[in-house]
Amino acid sequence: MIEIDEDLCKGCKICTDFCPKEVFETSDKINKKGYYPPIPVREDECIGCRFCELLCPEFAIAVVNE
Amino acid sequence: MMAKKKKAYRLKHYLREELLPTTFCQGCGCGTVLNTYAQAIEELQINPKDIVSVTGIGCSSWIPSPYFKADTLHTTHGRAIAFATGVKIMKPEANVVVIAGDGDLAGIGGNHLIHAARRNVGLAVFLINNMIYGMTGGQVSPMTPLGDKTTTTPYGNPEYPFNIAEFVAAAGANYVARWTTYHVFPLMESIQKAMTKDGFSFVEILTQCPVSYGRRVGMRTGEEFLKYFKENTINSLKAKDMTPEEIGDKIIVGKIVERNRKEFTTILREMNEERRK
Amino acid sequence: MGLREDYLKKFEGKTYFWLGDEACAYGGVFGGCNFFTGYPITPASEVAEVISGELPNVGGYHVQMEDEIASIAALIGGVWAGARGMTATSGPGFSLMQENIGYAIMTETPCVIVDVQRSGPSTGQATKPAQGDVMQARWGTHGDHNIIALAPNSVQECFDLMIRCFNLSEEYRTPVILLMDGEIGHLRERITVPSLKSIKLKKRKKGKKKDLLFGGELIPPFKEIGDGHYLHVTGSTHKENGIRDVESQKVHEKLVTRLYDKIEKNREKLVDLEEKWMDDAKIAVISYGAAARPTEGAVALLRKKRKKIGFMRLRTIWPFPREQVRALGKKVKKIYVPEMNLGQLSREIERFVDCPVVGIPKIGGIVHTIREITTAMERS
Repeated sequence: MIEIDEDLCKGCKICTDFCPKEVFETSDKINKKGYYPPIPVREDECIGCRFCELLCPEFAIAVVNE
Repeated sequence: MMAKKKKAYRLKHYLREELLPTTFCQGCGCGTVLNTYAQAIEELQINPKDIVSVTGIGCSSWIPSPYFKADTLHTTHGRAIAFATGVKIMKPEANVVVIAGDGDLAGIGGNHLIHAARRNVGLAVFLINNMIYGMTGGQVSPMTPLGDKTTTTPYGNPEYPFNIAEFVAAAGANYVARWTTYHVFPLMESIQKAMTKDGFSFVEILTQCPVSYGRRVGMRTGEEFLKYFKENTINSLKAKDMTPEEIGDKIIVGKIVERNRKEFTTILREMNEERRK
Repeated sequence: MGLREDYLKKFEGKTYFWLGDEACAYGGVFGGCNFFTGYPITPASEVAEVISGELPNVGGYHVQMEDEIASIAALIGGVWAGARGMTATSGPGFSLMQENIGYAIMTETPCVIVDVQRSGPSTGQATKPAQGDVMQARWGTHGDHNIIALAPNSVQECFDLMIRCFNLSEEYRTPVILLMDGEIGHLRERITVPSLKSIKLKKRKKGKKKDLLFGGELIPPFKEIGDGHYLHVTGSTHKENGIRDVESQKVHEKLVTRLYDKIEKNREKLVDLEEKWMDDAKIAVISYGAAARPTEGAVALLRKKRKKIGFMRLRTIWPFPREQVRALGKKVKKIYVPEMNLGQLSREIERFVDCPVVGIPKIGGIVHTIREITTAMERS
């Protein structure tokens, strides 16, 4: 499961671009700070590698392995 | 140590959470380094009460000061390693960590870096190399590649950059490695190695600065940098069998050196005890 | 505790023939110093040479750093990690230390900096004494600040004032400067080491969890690294909890004013001076450090000639004893100020008195002779 703290996101899109399974797409709604956060639209494809979680410069993503 | 359950990021209790979001620019790699660092600490099970973060001046010094929640000395420009040496002498049992930038550690503080490596003081030093003076607005640094345009080299940088990792290895450090913010998993292992290795440990971390550096060299986003790091790096294990021509402009990542010289404060203590016998 | 006292016992009550630098090093050790960082420089190197030999005996550490900047940086780092520490240098090294002296002031780090003044500017006469750092001690680091600086004029005082320096640094949580000069540093004379019992050491006041590290009272208690407080220490303008706030005018004003006031409001407690022959004085002479020695001789000589001259010697240079000097200016018609520079303390004296102030400067690395001072006084 992927949890996103939308209000911490600065919309750098690193997660969207580097997810090996292309799980994310950019939201069309802005967050509190005016950035477009990612949405894990293909969450079921996530392999739990946590690359996005580590790459995220804003501590906005958590990959929770069930 | 458990913070109240919040959404997403699991390691917020390592951060001065009330100060989030960070002041780093969009796409800056400093946050990635802090993130990776916190994960490394979590896996090592080091109590943050046993960590002393010492930093200098510059964007990357903000990684631990204020964001990482441990005893934190935010010192003067370039002097973090010298401050940290004093801390380590008086508190040899502490994990003394220095996180600062290329301008800070390789530029104004270069002398302290060399001598701390020579002494083999038990510090873990993480040099965040974004190849520019970011906080002051994009001036050339000792790590800026030859030819790059910056605000103070408007016609191109006429100087060669340091190979700072090789340099620190030559000065006598016990552990030296280089990674980038793209290589987060090996970087995390490298941070752990640096934190646990006795003696002077040094990891150069190539980090993106899309705002003060990238936009002048045609890489305007964090992701462009990460792609560059991904495509233009070679592991040191592979590189050691290659000719300089084959390596070309590629950046060597991975372990540069590992040795087991005795740590400075240990020697100092032993000698002092010997004297008192 | 035991180790230190067991070792120092052997010095108690004994008389030695020490250099000023040597007495300064021992004064440090008796003052509780357990950490010394330094870099060789004439005429201060002997402080490091002596203390590097003695600190291991009392459980302390000496490190020779790569330069003076590193020396004071490591010193401040060590203090936050629990040390009671000092460094010693001379003018050029003192200049290099200035940025981090500002850091120590801003972060309220107790430490002692010995400046054995030599003839400058620049490399100047490296082996010769001077008193050219009076204003550097006061204003060397940038920004508004206050400082404590004491000036010994004998080998005994190098020892005694060193202990006071350590005590003041703990009491006021601030760096304290021992403003020696090369003449006193390299002077060898008799000194008696007092008993350990008679030396009162000011202990560090340590804060509890709820105490603010940088506020709440004029001199907040200190907290050390490793006590689980998650300290945040910065030379940037900070709030009372230590977290940086560089935008607010009010936060900066409150912090810097408090740092200034903690010394300003205790000026009278800090002032330490010696007066002689003042009862009938129509003229006064003020001096300090090495220059005060021939000055005292000159005043004694002139008094033999029935001149009504008084003598004041400052042991506290900063904060400046303005009230005492102001009162003196009302009492006498003229004040002479012999000093080994082109007029640094005399400028400060001028600010507080209405009577004429006549400097008797001497530079070039040689202390005034008595005759030079009496001649200058007779001439003007």
